Amino acid sequence: MEVPILKQGHYLIASIQSALSDADLSQLREALIARVGKFRARGVIVDVTALDVMDSFAVRTLRDIAHMARLRGAETVIVGIQPEVAFAMVQLGLTLKGVATALDLEEGLLFLDREGHGRIDRG
Amino acid sequence: MSKKDVPPQPDSLATPESTQGLLRELVAHLRQNRTQLREEWARRITRAQLLTAMTEEEIFAEATSVYDNYVEALETGTFEALQAYARNLSERIIPRGVETHEVVGIVLLLRDVLARSLFAKYHEDFTKLNRILDAYEPAANRIANTVAVGFVQERERIIRQQQEAIRELSTPVLQVRERLLILPIIGVIDPQRNRQLTEQLLRAIRTNRAKVVVIDITGVAAMDSNVANQLVQTVEASRLLGATVIVTGLSPEIAQTLVTIGVDLSEMATVGDLQGGIEEAERLLGYKVVPYAEAAQQA
Repeated sequence: MEVPILKQGHYLIASIQSALSDADLSQLREALIARVGKFRARGVIVDVTALDVMDSFAVRTLRDIAHMARLRGAETVIVGIQPEVAFAMVQLGLTLKGVATALDLEEGLLFLDREGHGRIDRG
Repeated sequence: MSKKDVPPQPDSLATPESTQGLLRELVAHLRQNRTQLREEWARRITRAQLLTAMTEEEIFAEATSVYDNYVEALETGTFEALQAYARNLSERIIPRGVETHEVVGIVLLLRDVLARSLFAKYHEDFTKLNRILDAYEPAANRIANTVAVGFVQERERIIRQQQEAIRELSTPVLQVRERLLILPIIGVIDPQRNRQLTEQLLRAIRTNRAKVVVIDITGVAAMDSNVANQLVQTVEASRLLGATVIVTGLSPEIAQTLVTIGVDLSEMATVGDLQGGIEEAERLLGYKVVPYAEAAQQA
């Protein structure tokens, strides 16, 4: 199942709607990284609210997306991790180190806005 | 005209059927002398000063139903009804402060009372008495066991229930400002409590849309590497939901222990006390608390 990627201002929003296979996840990663350049996006939001399970491959892919997008000039936020999923993740030692997280889409957008402003001030 | 005239008859064979027959005879005897044996038992309960939490009438009423259930268990050889009754009885008497030794005591008293009446009835025919007792004793012991176990199980169930309730009560998640939660932890953190505490916190973060959480562990007396790692997990899980965690109130002893045993807490934001933690949280949230007079002056 392909994940729709929406463009909203300077940001790309990928909203995962159902459980994804490993191939789907890799496809999402490639599509997102390609579009960061195409749309000159400054932020990427991956919404995982609909996921009630996250395995190590999913977590690694999300982390890879964040690191790759950063290399291409965009900050990534993972939003909507469910409490149970968060608990299971830390128990398995999958903690998304170095990747920004936020409660939901709204918080994710706020976070990127703040980050973005900082960058413009510095630039 | 006793033993020779009435030789051991069909039930002389030590087969299960003969045991059944003896038990039937026994039950008939117990039914016949119900009133008298029951009274004798209730008298002995009072004399032994058992069940002091209950009035005499209550003791007699309970004694009657225990007696009937007892005889029924002897008759049918099945213990389900008795088990259910024991649970039900325990449920009623545990809140009134009846102790385990009392429950075991009264059941053993009943066993003795019944055994005495058997002695009285069969004292002329020693062989028969022996066989009756052979049939009676295992069943009676099993009944005593069933009742005692039922009582203890019920007590343990209540204790577990209360433990659960205390755990729930002991970890309140409080909102002190918009998007700021505090979680004061008091007492011992074990894996089960940690799990419950983390789940509660994560749920609260979601419902209150919290951005910052202050976990205060002033009330935690000791910490080992296990507990410390569990705390790190809680912090990590909160971060996955987009909340920053500040830990406050690490005592000097805990700080020394953690450094000595080499637990890595570099991922964790720590502030000395709860006040400092809340101030830091307010700073992160963009609040600035100013005394009223000063604010008026500035305006």
